[in-house]
Amino acid sequence: MTEEKVWESEGLTAEEYEMITAGLGRQPNRTELGMFGVMWSEHCSYKNSLAVLRSLPTEGERVLQGPGENAGIIDIGDGQAVSFKIESHNHPSAIEPYQGAATGVGGIIRDIFTMGARPIALLDSLRFGELDDEHVRYLFEEVVAGIAGYGNSIGVPTVAGETFFSPKYQGNPLVNAMCVGLMDQQDISTATARGIGNPVMVVGAATGRDGIQGASFASDELTEESEEDRPAVQVGDPFREKLLMEASLELIKTGALVGIQDMGAAGLISSSSEMASRGEAGIEMDTALVPKREEGMTPYEVLLSESQERMLVVPRQGKEELVKEIFKKWGLNAAVIGKVTDDGKIRVYNQGEPAAEVPVRLLVDDAPVYQREGCRPAYLNELQEFSTGDFLAKQKKNRRGTDYNQELVKLLTSENLAAKNSIYEQYDHMVQLNTVILPGSDAAVLRIKGKNKGLALTVDCNGRYCYLDPERGAEIAVAEAARNLVCSGAEPLAVTDGLNFGNPLNPEVFWQFERAAAGITRACQELATPVTGGNVSFYNESPAGAIYPTPIIGMVGLLEDLSQATDQYFKEEGDLIVLLGETGAELGGSEYLKVIHDRVGGKIPELDYIREKSVQNLCLKAIKQGLIKSAHDCAEGGLAVALFESCSGNSRGARVTVETELLPEELLFSESQSRIIISLDEENMAEFSELADKSQAGYQIIGRVQGRTLKINNLIEVEIEELKAKWQAALPAMIN
Amino acid sequence: MKFAVISFPGSNCDQDVCHVTGEVLQVATEILRHDVRQDLTDYDTVILPGGFSYGDYLRSGAIARFSPIMEDVINYAEAGGLVLGICNGFQILLEAGLLPGAMKVNDSVKFVCRQVAITVESSETAFTGGLTRGETLQMPVAHQEGNYYIDPAGLEQLKADDQIVFRYLNQEENPNGSLADIAGVCNQEKNVLGLMPHPERASEKILGSEDGKKIFASLLDYLSSREES
Repeated sequence: MTEEKVWESEGLTAEEYEMITAGLGRQPNRTELGMFGVMWSEHCSYKNSLAVLRSLPTEGERVLQGPGENAGIIDIGDGQAVSFKIESHNHPSAIEPYQGAATGVGGIIRDIFTMGARPIALLDSLRFGELDDEHVRYLFEEVVAGIAGYGNSIGVPTVAGETFFSPKYQGNPLVNAMCVGLMDQQDISTATARGIGNPVMVVGAATGRDGIQGASFASDELTEESEEDRPAVQVGDPFREKLLMEASLELIKTGALVGIQDMGAAGLISSSSEMASRGEAGIEMDTALVPKREEGMTPYEVLLSESQERMLVVPRQGKEELVKEIFKKWGLNAAVIGKVTDDGKIRVYNQGEPAAEVPVRLLVDDAPVYQREGCRPAYLNELQEFSTGDFLAKQKKNRRGTDYNQELVKLLTSENLAAKNSIYEQYDHMVQLNTVILPGSDAAVLRIKGKNKGLALTVDCNGRYCYLDPERGAEIAVAEAARNLVCSGAEPLAVTDGLNFGNPLNPEVFWQFERAAAGITRACQELATPVTGGNVSFYNESPAGAIYPTPIIGMVGLLEDLSQATDQYFKEEGDLIVLLGETGAELGGSEYLKVIHDRVGGKIPELDYIREKSVQNLCLKAIKQGLIKSAHDCAEGGLAVALFESCSGNSRGARVTVETELLPEELLFSESQSRIIISLDEENMAEFSELADKSQAGYQIIGRVQGRTLKINNLIEVEIEELKAKWQAALPAMIN
Repeated sequence: MKFAVISFPGSNCDQDVCHVTGEVLQVATEILRHDVRQDLTDYDTVILPGGFSYGDYLRSGAIARFSPIMEDVINYAEAGGLVLGICNGFQILLEAGLLPGAMKVNDSVKFVCRQVAITVESSETAFTGGLTRGETLQMPVAHQEGNYYIDPAGLEQLKADDQIVFRYLNQEENPNGSLADIAGVCNQEKNVLGLMPHPERASEKILGSEDGKKIFASLLDYLSSREES
């Protein structure tokens, strides 16, 4: 390597190197350059996304902590609060799927207990290539095992999630994990270093050479050679993190802390400089004092190591022994490595010898922010012009006597619509004794012990929609997440967003990112669900090209009365089935087009906010008045798939008749938004109608819960038990 | 009446058991640390909860059995004290030699968490006295090493001495491939019981099943009648 291009090995550009030299008034040494390399990486600085993210709505009555901390916090009343956040671990999972996924879970759990909250739930949102590829099967199985291995061991239930397969994720799977924690508001902690002379301590695991430059690695595209970056993937130890969690929560309760921060991406350097930045202070530290498990580590290595299960804490002066005592009880290290200073500099020593000296401002706050150029992708014209109506008309001529039963079976046994129980049964989804509605329904519902309240949780995104229309696709992700919560009986409160995109330097990718952010902004404003934090993951590309734009929406809702928790399953013979909202001819971007005709194209479904809000309000009101027994969002796969799902839980049949001018394919499989299928006792119908007639939702009685088959007009008649067996067997069969 | 729940590093169902015995059943329950020797004689029952003691990085329970408090648990059991091991607690009891047999990794080689149906095979223990033989209970399992094994002679002995306390209803309900669909066994003296399903996860209506509570209810009946006599 020539001296002139030394910045390249740290992932910096020549211009950025200039900025550093100008800011320091001299050339940085190797250690300092390494610090800038990770701190100015996309992963830490959000340099390519910050300008766009500023538009997201982040304020609301219930928001106690918005973006900028380890996780957002919302007020749920009674002096309690919920902290939650989603984070990606895509690149590590592509290279070393088990550890990549496991440490993704470990990282997001640390973010939550750092805020002072006890983690009570995990959710996962996964994307893979198609399962006919052996390597994809390996990635899929190992990612699921990694999430299970970490979450199960640490004792935080994984209660909900989604898994979607498309060739677009072939070389670059997405592994996003969300964690939710519960706390008393008085225990809220922040990641701030304040108070001149206060000690800075590293607690938890010892530091090794693992994961060095992981943050920079995450900010680059995956190539054929990425497998060589395996050492940049960390190894997780859920057992130690369980101890770290208990020790940290115990320490936070003592009130001895000024600040606490997870040592995640970019390890000690990011945690110390971000804490100093928030406290408008400086920190000086000696890397020789950091407990290590390898010999001869340089300051560069100690600063950049991403060894897992470590935290940086700043207690009040004189509380050092208390910190050590608590961590010793849990069998963990706690060492003073430095102190808070007043000169706004990160000063690093190695056995007293100066190793680096950098202004915090330059390292953190003055990191470059780029206004990237966006440009509407060329592929969109062709794809959006594709007319599903014309296509179906043409198909009709060629095909006579379509067997809709077969099409429904084909859909339900396709990888995206097949039952996901073989995934979530590998996750302990019950530990902590709070899970009232288990995985598989629209949203998970957790009780809050000692109160009559509950939380509803979901993650949602349709990447194919976002590919065809990033803005509306993102709006639909928000709307559907909210609808899922409403179906469970909860009022949607707030959002965490996991934004997964390709290379932002590609104007077409950046356009997708901008449009998706605009979509989230609009939908979150309309539905009054502010964004309290999240994660941006760029460079999700593989030799096959960029992934589908995938802005994953994690949403938290509140049930004021837990007895109103509602699932999607039909309950009793004879109950009426009612469809809220309206079905249109909207097969663009649908599972039907993809699975039956191998087509991706067309205009994705419309989203009318007046109708969306009316449908959600009507459903929630009806649940609160105790009128309905089940509620299910009618989404991917359309009415036929949603009806089957409602039948499946308690193995009930349904007889459904819908008068319509739509084509049979449209009636059965159209993915029109703002629709919910409810069931209710006939006795409650009059009262429900009274409510519904005042609403702009629109509704029609479409049938009854009846028998053991699902019958829709004269198009579909399937045995529920038999189809359920096929539906559940489909995914395992694709693996073996 | 007073219960002890032993907390090992990595136990993650200690609070859950404590919630059910303490809050739901209203029995004074204390969580005891693994590394402090304790005289357990004052406790009416000692419970080893589920979890991943020491990360289960070695064989499940293999390290936990060396915890200082295990000596006290063994003394307590040998003196006739009631000991209940759930999931990882069961594994620890096997490793400690308080129960016969051993645990293998599930046939699927995967962790499994779901509701299963089990049958009561013996009502001759303090934990099942209020249940009838053949009765079916719905309870969740959540484990990766629940594939119970014992050699043929040992199995005959278990049968002869009525030590098989729970079985999975049938092969389909068996989540791990355990020998003879065994879900729980006791020692010859019938004061030590280990089972893989989690009764504490099925002790409140809101969580879907109260069948697990029947096991705790049996235990409480037994202890109350013992106190009266």
